[in-house]
Amino acid sequence: MNDFVFKPFDEMTDDDYQQVGFMSGLEIHQQLLTEKKLFCRCPAGMYNQKFDAEILRHMRPTLSELGEYDGTALMEFKTKKDIIYHINRDTVCTYEMDDTPPFEINEQALDIALEIALLYQSATTDEIHIARKQYLDGSIPTGFQRTAIVSIGGKIPYKDRMIDIIQLSIEEDSCREVSDVGHRRVYIADRLGMPLLETVTAPDMKTPVEVAEVGKILSNIVKSTGKVRTGAGAAREDVNVSVTGGTRIEIKGVPSLKRIPLLTYNEAMRQWNLLRLREELKKREITTEIFRSKSDHVTRLLRKTTYTPIAAALQEEKVVGSVILRGFKGLLNWQTQTETYFSKEISDRVRVVACLTTLPNIIHSDSTSETISIAEWQKVKKAIGATDKDTVVIVWGNSMDVDTAMKEIAIRAKEATLGVPSETRQALKDGTTGFERILPGPERMYPDTDLPPKRIPDERIAKIKSQLPEYYWERVKWYKKLGVPQDCIEPLAISKLALLFKKAVKEFGVNPKLVAVVLIQLPKRLKKMQVEFESIEENVFEGLLRAYKEGLVAKEGILPALYDAVKYGVFDLDNLPPPIEDKDIKGFVENSLTEIRVKTLRDEDNFEAVYKGIVMNKVRGRIDGTVVSKAVIKYVKEIK
Amino acid sequence: MADDYKGYKDEALAVLMKYEAMVWCDVVVSTAQTNFIGIILPRSETSDHLHIVLKLRSGYNVGILADKVTDIKIEGRKEAIYKIPEKEFPYDPVKPNVKLLGTGGTIASRLDYRTGAVIPAFTPGELYGSVPELADICNLDTEKLYGVFSENMGPEQWKGTALAIGKAIESGVAGIVVGHGTDTMHHTAAILSFMVQNSPVPIVMVGSQRSSDRPSSDAALNLMYSVKTAAESDIAEVLVCMFGPTSDEYGLLHRGTRVRKMHSSYRSTFRTIGDIPVAMVSRKEITPLRQDYKRRRSDKNVIINTAFEEKVGIVYYYPNMKPDVIDSLIDNGYRGIVIAGTGLGHVNKPLYPALQRAKEKNIAVYMTVQTLWGYVQMYVYDTGRDMMELGVVPTANMLPEVAYVKLGWALGQTDDMEEVKRIMLTPINGEITEREPSNGYLIYQGGIPEVEEFISKHRK
Ligand SMILES: [Zn+2]
Repeated sequence: MNDFVFKPFDEMTDDDYQQVGFMSGLEIHQQLLTEKKLFCRCPAGMYNQKFDAEILRHMRPTLSELGEYDGTALMEFKTKKDIIYHINRDTVCTYEMDDTPPFEINEQALDIALEIALLYQSATTDEIHIARKQYLDGSIPTGFQRTAIVSIGGKIPYKDRMIDIIQLSIEEDSCREVSDVGHRRVYIADRLGMPLLETVTAPDMKTPVEVAEVGKILSNIVKSTGKVRTGAGAAREDVNVSVTGGTRIEIKGVPSLKRIPLLTYNEAMRQWNLLRLREELKKREITTEIFRSKSDHVTRLLRKTTYTPIAAALQEEKVVGSVILRGFKGLLNWQTQTETYFSKEISDRVRVVACLTTLPNIIHSDSTSETISIAEWQKVKKAIGATDKDTVVIVWGNSMDVDTAMKEIAIRAKEATLGVPSETRQALKDGTTGFERILPGPERMYPDTDLPPKRIPDERIAKIKSQLPEYYWERVKWYKKLGVPQDCIEPLAISKLALLFKKAVKEFGVNPKLVAVVLIQLPKRLKKMQVEFESIEENVFEGLLRAYKEGLVAKEGILPALYDAVKYGVFDLDNLPPPIEDKDIKGFVENSLTEIRVKTLRDEDNFEAVYKGIVMNKVRGRIDGTVVSKAVIKYVKEIK
Repeated sequence: MADDYKGYKDEALAVLMKYEAMVWCDVVVSTAQTNFIGIILPRSETSDHLHIVLKLRSGYNVGILADKVTDIKIEGRKEAIYKIPEKEFPYDPVKPNVKLLGTGGTIASRLDYRTGAVIPAFTPGELYGSVPELADICNLDTEKLYGVFSENMGPEQWKGTALAIGKAIESGVAGIVVGHGTDTMHHTAAILSFMVQNSPVPIVMVGSQRSSDRPSSDAALNLMYSVKTAAESDIAEVLVCMFGPTSDEYGLLHRGTRVRKMHSSYRSTFRTIGDIPVAMVSRKEITPLRQDYKRRRSDKNVIINTAFEEKVGIVYYYPNMKPDVIDSLIDNGYRGIVIAGTGLGHVNKPLYPALQRAKEKNIAVYMTVQTLWGYVQMYVYDTGRDMMELGVVPTANMLPEVAYVKLGWALGQTDDMEEVKRIMLTPINGEITEREPSNGYLIYQGGIPEVEEFISKHRK
């Protein structure tokens, strides 16, 4: 291992990442745009915090192949959580609550998945086998997720190389977590069971920025089909990161691509620093075999402490435990990530495994901040037999939780002698990662006995292939050639309106620049006008573009018509204000003369502007404003 | 040889044989498009003969069309050998002894992760390995009587189970648990209530509604509840012990003669019909809901009576039913017929001649209601009175399935129709009750404000 030391994020170079052997791959979870859920007929995409009923479940690990409990399983079982589901009768049926077996797979979802697989040049499977993937965190009430491989292999172009796709799978989305405090975790079940497509790439990305860029390409490809959901939570990324000598670590549920660079940087740094910590332990002659720790109950010794968290716990009759980590002096302050230290690794485990969720949940003798008094530290150290070379960790809470915590503190400290423990990590707001759970192994996958294998005939694939959309980068090239405004190019290329654009340009013969403006810029302008709307129906756009081509509406009339459509839900092609031809504007100008004459203007210099305003009010949306302007100027000159 | 390519036929078999790629081989299968790396799995009997199933490294399975295979390279072999971990069930002289009789339901099991088959855990050691909490309750001894699906339980198994219960009581156990598939658990519970009478100890039937390989299964909790009931409760009756609500909150102990499976898949599928359950049971305690149950005793004076006549059927009446349905039972030598009639216990007039024939042939005909709740009250309308004239005997509020097994049991004991009637109408353990309490019929209607309010306040 070389002695590279991580620099601040902005100063890291590609060479630096090469030095530590940075490798990263993506797992992108994308919700598919279907009417119904994947294995039942509940509506998809209806989110609602309101709930009518509550269900309580516990997750019990099932034995693995070798008769051992899977690591994750054991951890979740140690935590002994009450899992509460909030269910709304409109979005959840008895299937999601695992009181009814699955219905047959949603064919619409499967078609979309196959289409995306073909876009990735991935080999679709001939016979789909539904598997159950165990999740004991309760995020799925059955305790497993139904999932199936849709295709294997594939590739996408990136820079001057190809990024390999490992596989695509179609799966059910999980519940949304509402809260997780102590021994009670609450989920809302509306999202549960919605179809998701998981795309897994090879670990081909060599720097944090590359990870985000590849993520963007993948996201653009799926969006360009127009058949996936967009908006908050519709796509979530899991990012795998490793460094030379480290472990493949999964950062779960990154909600936005923008956050990937900092997160992967911090995770790489964490792994690198944990490996350096292992070296330091070796220097201190602490290895896995000779690691030693000692746990004690020290409640009585701290009865009179003024340190608030412990004093408050003792008032509630809780207990205090201590763990000596032999020879660890100073190491809990070992830096792992940006402004984050090894003590956080321990605190995270205590929080998740022992359910001690109120922070701080531990204090330690390496700490420089104020905790219990120096005299109390000495009293504790003496009583439990800690030396100057040791570190002491103190934890408090319910007796059972403290027992679990003491064991877990020793386990995590011992793992430091091995390097980087296998686990999944969560993405934190400050760009660092936090412990989520132990990484589950492939033994958590097993066949779903409720559903038979499903054959995908070649004809089905051929049909989807014949209707594949062009790649968005090909659209980009075409748009550039057409002179589509720069800010419209990418949004349009990945929009589901790309097909309408093509139709409007090629079939209706409308000016491409105008079409792009109508489809991409006008909705943005409406949002700026404080109109609340989700999206505009494609047929509204299509109707307007067609009407424009047929001379039924002026260019200027399109925005007001869209406004009415989203604001009042009124869209009537027959009642669009007819456009005014340039030659007819003169009549409007002349007719308005009496109105301007009766007005008393404070400043005669404004005459022209006010006059224009009066005329515009009559013809707004029916003719180009500059034509009106010119006509007024001309007329004013005439009458003067 | 047959096992080398287990389950594969025709096209798929030919391709596998060509490359000598047997089941459990670790292989690289190539097609024109890609390579699949994984282990060849056995093919299920019910699947087609066109595909080869591979377990990929990721743990997923995929089916590859045999026709598309261009090459198979064998890298190794990984046969799965499954064994449930056995840990010796601890013996504690202070704890009560419980006997668990198995008939086939998988209350505890471990999954064969590659094929998905469920391997039942049954010996005390296996059960201790999967539900260690049982050792906190009792000392457990198990005996596997049968290994059949619920729907294949019948008179032979009922008799055998009753006899095994008798033997267990003789040996002095504190209680008995019977593991059973859930589909016909209420049939077995009813017949055991008749075949095993005057039991000094609890006889608790249990199963699981959602398979025990899933982390959220009701199996482990049901097992704990039932073992606790057998070991500790003072209810010496045949009971069904299954989830109360769908939540992991508590189980209900239903009287064996009044219980019925009411939903095809819900965890809380078992309900007491026309009455209330005997008790609630949680990990902590057993809470009786009524006091009129038979109490635990220290003697061994159980009465086992395993008589059973198999020529008994249930006829579920529907409008426009033709007499030939009844006639065919008569012609096939049936000795007893239970009718599930409409409303208060009715069938149409065209059936009367057939019922007359049955009477003449000394065939016992008993009336129950397909509404499940409520009494047969044939004297209310003329049609009912007419039928009573034809010898059809109303069975009060006995459930159709219960009347069916009881009639088989009664006809197994005697040919005398009067004696059969006496047996049928003399309640043994609540199969006929004198009154239906006002809370004996509660099917709340979802959507109504007060019901919704209730549901929002209590876990489902
Ligand atoms: Zn549903």
